[in-house]
Amino acid sequence: MKKNKKKLGNQVFSLADNIVPIIFIAFTLLGFVLTKNVPFNFFISELSSRFYRNAFIVLSLIIPVIAGLGLNFGIVIGAMSAQLAIIIVRYLSIEYLHLSGTMELIFCFLLTLPIAAFIGLLTGKLYNKTRGQEMIASLIVGFFANGVYQFILLFATGVIIPVRSSHPMIKPDGVGVRMTVDMGELHYSLANILKIPFMWVVLIISLSLLVLTIILFLKDKKFGKKNNQITFYIKTIIFAALSIFSIFSIITKSKINLVKDVPIATALFIALLCVFTELIMKTKLGQDFRSVGQDQHIAESNGINVDKTRIIAVVMSTVLAAWGQLIYLQDMGTLNVYGAHTQIGMFSVAALLVGGASVRKATVSQALIGTLLFNSMFIMSPEIGKAAFGNALLGEYFRTFMVYGIIGMALGIYVWNANRKARITLDPIDMQTQDN
Amino acid sequence: MTEQNVVKEKDLKDSFLAKAIKTIGLPTLIIAAFFLLVILTAAFLKQSLPILFSDILRRFGMNGLLVLAMVPAIKSGTGPNFALPLGIICGLLAWTIGIEMGFIGLKLVLLVSLMAIVFAIILGYLYGKLLNAVKGAEMTIATYTGFSTVALMALVWLMAPFKSKQMGWMMGEGLRETIKLDGVEAAQIFNNFLSFKVFGINIPTGLLLVFFAFCFLVWLFFRTKIGIAITAGGSNPEFAAASGIDIDKNRIIANILSTILGALGIILYSQSYGFFQLYSGPLMMAFPAVAGVLIGGATASKANISHVIIGTFLFQGLLTASMPVANQLFEGTDLSEIMRVILQNGIILYALTQVKGGGKE
Repeated sequence: MKKNKKKLGNQVFSLADNIVPIIFIAFTLLGFVLTKNVPFNFFISELSSRFYRNAFIVLSLIIPVIAGLGLNFGIVIGAMSAQLAIIIVRYLSIEYLHLSGTMELIFCFLLTLPIAAFIGLLTGKLYNKTRGQEMIASLIVGFFANGVYQFILLFATGVIIPVRSSHPMIKPDGVGVRMTVDMGELHYSLANILKIPFMWVVLIISLSLLVLTIILFLKDKKFGKKNNQITFYIKTIIFAALSIFSIFSIITKSKINLVKDVPIATALFIALLCVFTELIMKTKLGQDFRSVGQDQHIAESNGINVDKTRIIAVVMSTVLAAWGQLIYLQDMGTLNVYGAHTQIGMFSVAALLVGGASVRKATVSQALIGTLLFNSMFIMSPEIGKAAFGNALLGEYFRTFMVYGIIGMALGIYVWNANRKARITLDPIDMQTQDN
Repeated sequence: MTEQNVVKEKDLKDSFLAKAIKTIGLPTLIIAAFFLLVILTAAFLKQSLPILFSDILRRFGMNGLLVLAMVPAIKSGTGPNFALPLGIICGLLAWTIGIEMGFIGLKLVLLVSLMAIVFAIILGYLYGKLLNAVKGAEMTIATYTGFSTVALMALVWLMAPFKSKQMGWMMGEGLRETIKLDGVEAAQIFNNFLSFKVFGINIPTGLLLVFFAFCFLVWLFFRTKIGIAITAGGSNPEFAAASGIDIDKNRIIANILSTILGALGIILYSQSYGFFQLYSGPLMMAFPAVAGVLIGGATASKANISHVIIGTFLFQGLLTASMPVANQLFEGTDLSEIMRVILQNGIILYALTQVKGGGKE
């Protein structure tokens, strides 16, 4: 009886914990109720293509969170490194090399690595100097880097670095890179490698998950392990229903087949990063990330080089974010040189938080769910604004508010809880010193 | 003998330089030197110095109050007020209501200021409460409090039932992004008060008077009993708590004051510009103000009125002066804007590295 009560309490607690995801699901559903003119296949198309674009960057935020650095708004620097790499590769490709799209993409990935790693190293060192204030430092360092980025591209290019003024990427007066740069063959260079119709992918995934669930269930039963039968049945029913639905829609050629094809290479990259993030946590380095994230004193006294571990986490995050930005940009026809990176930090952090992550806890599934939920809100917001108030602009302002509000609320609740706990465990004098 | 002299001289020079760095602060010195260099370049390029100095004075006066708003927050120990948009929103809301009510001229400005103070007291109180709940991460939370308030107000600007022709679109609903003040006879109302010319330099007397008056008032406030208690709570909380000072209450009072200064600051700022901007206009306005006080020699935990005056003059002066110079030297580039971004955020980062605390120490 007592045990049951505790369990119930846990469930209520988890409801309060997951209030943000719940709000987002409710919001999207409300959108469907209010706006009768948003076709479901349009929504799924939009959502899936946004998911392939953004998931990689959101995943790149996980490692710094676990290493105790909080939400790394500094991933915009990674995004800028990727854009620098694209500009360099595109410039050289047009001028001398005349590479194919795939080759350009490979060069971009290779060139991004050293640039992002070097800048990640510098920002990591900065975070070690601004200990305890990493999040505000990461926000400001993003703004700062944006200034340096503009200096390099708007001024140094042409004045310090010699470029051909008649080059299509350079402004007519010979100084600075243009506002927009054509992605040329880079456009869809990753996405077009292999594409499979959406419903076939749903069918394959749901069937394999169904089989997996059943196998696991039988295995547990064989070894006499106690398992949760209700979740098993729910899972089985969902996966079976999805399989049947996809078979049915493929046969009847229903409207849902209009959903855009799945870019398998992009999806594979995202899957690989998920596996990588899970695996690295099982290595010595991953354990170090965890212990540094939990308590820097204890980690230090256990012989872990705290500063170095934190820098490694930041370098990894920056490089991954840079590659994520490459994946994002190859999906676009043109590169918005001075604007493509500015919002990416806030949006990615908001997406991660929407998935249920916090300043000290983030998982792969939270990142993936968060990306889906956040983008659903993003798609539905203007539609709701239009339907409910006759003004799409209102919806756009609303979603901007949601981005900032979610981040602010998540940070506030986290610090408030941490301070409350500190007050319970520490005596007042200790509490005061910690405040400083 | 001579050698000894040289050594002595060098020692003297070193110690003088070291002393200067210690008392004035390295960033302040660097910016000051840079400022001087830009002014000299402007003179060398034969640009009109009187116009340049007039602009510098105007920009100095109009930004001053916003930078002054940092002082109470820093002194109380909550760090630079990154939630300055909160105060700015109060000022903007007061402007729109004042114009909607149909007032013009001085009456409008006084009414708007009064309303702004009332709004700022309410919002500042709530904001102070919030900061007390999130001790240790005030700067990050403050930034997002500012951001989300600005975003929320965008919805208000769009939906508020304002009717005034001065502020609405020709068609459709909502307020315009930029609202001009010359239509309500409030543009440059302080700037033109008793203004005169010396050597061709236009002195905006009223603007500077208002700014210096508020500097004096804030200086005075921090000499009263409550002001001293706020400073004590900020610089040494253990000691202050032990001597019976209610630190939490003082932090709230300081942040109300900071929000009021922000609200009045935007009123002074926009009357000088001749217009004010709604929607995302105030979003990033905290950062130049924070950078201003830091350039003057303040840190995240110490600030004085002198830091405000020196910092605002150097930072705004440098930005104002560098624009025509950079345009003449490198035509078609936006070098001064790039420089602003780098300087402003560089100085904030530098100040953050000086903040003590965090997990390892």
